[in-house]
Amino acid sequence: MSARPSAVVLGAAGALLLAASLFPIYWMLAASLMPESRLFESGPLLPAAVTFEHYRALFGERDFLVPIRNSLLVSGLTTIVAVPVAALCAYALARLRMRGKSVLLAFVLAVSMFPQISIVPPLYLILRDLRLLNTYPGLVLPYLTFSMPLAIWLLTGFFRQLPRDLEEAAMLDGATRIRTLRDVVLPLAAPGVASTAILIFLYCWNEFLFALSFTLGPERYTVPVAIMLFRGRYQVPWGEVLAAAVIATIPVALLVLACQRRIVAGLTVGATKG
Amino acid sequence: MNRGPAPIERDETRLAWLLVAPALGIILLVALAPIAVTGWESLHVHDLRLPWLGTPFIGAGNFVEAAGDPRFGAALLHTVAFALISVPLELVLGLALAVMMHSVVRGRAFIRVSALLPWAIPTVVAALLWRFMFEARTGILAGWFQALGLVGPAFDWFVHPLAAWVPIIAADVWKTTPFVAILLLAGLETIDPALGEAAQVDGAKPARAFLTITLPLLTPALVVAAAFRMLDALRLFDLAYVITGGGPGTATEPLSLYAFIALMQRLRFGYGSALSVTVFLLTFVFALVWVRALGRSLTGDRS
Amino acid sequence: MAAITLAGLSKTYPNGHVAVRRLDLRVEDGEFLVLVGPSGCGKSTLLRLIAGLETPTDGRILIGDADVTAQPPQRRDLAMVFQSYALYPHMSVRENLAYGLKVRRTDAATIARQIASVATALDIEALLDRRPAQLSGGQRQRVALGRAIVRKANAFLLDEPLSNLDPSLRAQARAELRRLHRQLGITVVYVTHDQEEAMTLSDRIAVMRDGELEQVAPPLDVYARPANTFVARFIGAPAMNLLPAAVAGVDDPAGAVAGIRPQDVQVRTEGGQLATVDLVEPRGPDYVLHLRLEGSSTPLLAVVSGAMAPAVGAHVFVTLPADRLHLFDQRDGSRLSGP
Repeated sequence: MSARPSAVVLGAAGALLLAASLFPIYWMLAASLMPESRLFESGPLLPAAVTFEHYRALFGERDFLVPIRNSLLVSGLTTIVAVPVAALCAYALARLRMRGKSVLLAFVLAVSMFPQISIVPPLYLILRDLRLLNTYPGLVLPYLTFSMPLAIWLLTGFFRQLPRDLEEAAMLDGATRIRTLRDVVLPLAAPGVASTAILIFLYCWNEFLFALSFTLGPERYTVPVAIMLFRGRYQVPWGEVLAAAVIATIPVALLVLACQRRIVAGLTVGATKG
Repeated sequence: MNRGPAPIERDETRLAWLLVAPALGIILLVALAPIAVTGWESLHVHDLRLPWLGTPFIGAGNFVEAAGDPRFGAALLHTVAFALISVPLELVLGLALAVMMHSVVRGRAFIRVSALLPWAIPTVVAALLWRFMFEARTGILAGWFQALGLVGPAFDWFVHPLAAWVPIIAADVWKTTPFVAILLLAGLETIDPALGEAAQVDGAKPARAFLTITLPLLTPALVVAAAFRMLDALRLFDLAYVITGGGPGTATEPLSLYAFIALMQRLRFGYGSALSVTVFLLTFVFALVWVRALGRSLTGDRS
Repeated sequence: MAAITLAGLSKTYPNGHVAVRRLDLRVEDGEFLVLVGPSGCGKSTLLRLIAGLETPTDGRILIGDADVTAQPPQRRDLAMVFQSYALYPHMSVRENLAYGLKVRRTDAATIARQIASVATALDIEALLDRRPAQLSGGQRQRVALGRAIVRKANAFLLDEPLSNLDPSLRAQARAELRRLHRQLGITVVYVTHDQEEAMTLSDRIAVMRDGELEQVAPPLDVYARPANTFVARFIGAPAMNLLPAAVAGVDDPAGAVAGIRPQDVQVRTEGGQLATVDLVEPRGPDYVLHLRLEGSSTPLLAVVSGAMAPAVGAHVFVTLPADRLHLFDQRDGSRLSGP
């Protein structure tokens, strides 16, 4: 155990940090269950009365299932397209000899560094001319702009971590590179591929700017956009907004709960190169 | 002796390009093309509300306009100030969180989940949440600040130009500290524990050992975390748009938001593109300077 | 089985490092050739060049009569056992053994038959349905061997296959390798840094240094008639003593270097040159004495039987029999004469 400040101080600080992390989420949940009238009291930490009126309104008047469906479809489709294509590219970058590899990687990185706002106008015009505005492909294509570089970056890292001699053994056994990719690399990199898919899905699910810019009506809004546009003309319907926020958080929370190891593996694959 | 690449190598390179092609094609199509168009647009006049003007070339005209535009200057200031405040905060808190996560033996999964949740939540949700908590009448945090006597009874956080930044910074720090913590935790876990033990045997107190041994060894991870965070902070959009909309007035408007308004609300594609290019240049210059400084520090300071 | 011929083989890396230097070598069909040398001498690179995992910067590689220099590893029909064994962790032992055959579209019946016979030969039948992670080091090594044998390849390449084994298992594994070689008549190129392994396993030893072959000969020849001082000191433990010829009592005006193996140094209580015992290393059956000859600063190693057991600091008398002396050229270390 490496040297560290005293355990008590650490424990207290840690507890404080964790509380700070979780409190807002708790509060979001608690407030969403408070009746409209009680929302304007900032006192009690525990809701005195619990009501589901906000959730009912959410699915009743606001038909919140539609944005959920849209988000699921767009995030899912993007992941399904991005990951396999990126995997092929990543294998080449990780294992095959080619000139200009570092230039390529730098290029991929540079593209992902580009602020999203910069490509909204041309994408808007392109999508408008292709009549893809307010459609599913009309969101998947823009989402690929950040999903592809991210997937390539992550998968290259994961492939590099695999021991080389397994692939060499397969080649001596007579397997072509593609066959080696299929029979040896992918099965062994499956956890990494899963991490990548999860992270891509999360980024797509949370994405706001493109969804805001390229969807035109409630039938294609994704969850972040739909929540954002709850804002009434006079007053923000906080009860429903918070209920929607809770709903929007549930799939994310489930993913995190189920796959926290995979998520951490994905986040750290590039950070700790041996 | 140099005959060029052997046939085996040539075949491998050919296969490599074949595998890279689809991904590269998609990126070129969906990312590079629009970026190029943005670059082109930034050098032209293109106002969608005034289509009869066409799209004449004006070179650096848009950028000159931006340089003289006080709103642009303010947005630039906001963006840089925001980055310089929130990133160090996130690094320090992230380090503290990482150290704590590292020393804990049991309950690691719980801690990891608790730490990851804020990061995984949609930015819009986080923004709305923090807005809610600082609302003058309903906000629980607004209430606490008032109860602690730090602010007056009818204080509206979102009316005050500086105070309105607090929820934005708080939301950003809350959301991304876990990300930093995880990066740093990975770095901590690669440090050989024997080094810390040797220091203890040598008589160093834990705090001193941490400062003189652990921290320097953690520098690569810290640098990576700082770089990622700075790049993201300079592109701030979602939080500002949702929490304050840039207000009061334009007091909390970062560059990306100003570009967005110019593009999507004022429909000045030429000028808005120039603003977007500025955001890119800001991040690019930063990345360049960072990599240079990094390279120098890693090759020069080899003690 | 086939012979392997290397002609003028060179490998220079882009950073300028020369790993293999214009090397010529022929491994006969059915021969067990051991490539031995210090770390960094290029022996592993040479093996990888033969396998096709690296491409040479010059020269040719022939397997049998076929020039395979331009062929990728898939088409050379060679079997390799890696230092780490490289067993596919996600496949069972049976699937590991079958993989090479499956890739070559062998029919299921033949695969089953060949796996069965190899499993019996290597005594791994009980392990066929296990995963590599569930096997011990020795078992994994045998499966790795089995995977190579089952393919009936042209030749076998082994890269330090015993170095990951417990020392207690190594002797047994060595014996098994020899037995298999005799039984199957396979052409083997075996890389190791352990000169004892090289001596016991090989039909011929190839000693490598800095990308070049110093000597290629049967083990006893390399031991008894080393081609130069490097080989003389590399083969045989403890290493051969090297002294100026004059000190060894050889009348040589050119100032050659004399070599004598510690086992040949005679240590007595009288008669010969005076020497002091600096260090005594008991090895069990015998002792290694670190001696210092009177009037010389050169240390001399001698191996004496257990019966003698002199103490540190004692004075003894040393004779270097002329008929056990090797002579080497002082300038390039090459062999001049010897027993």
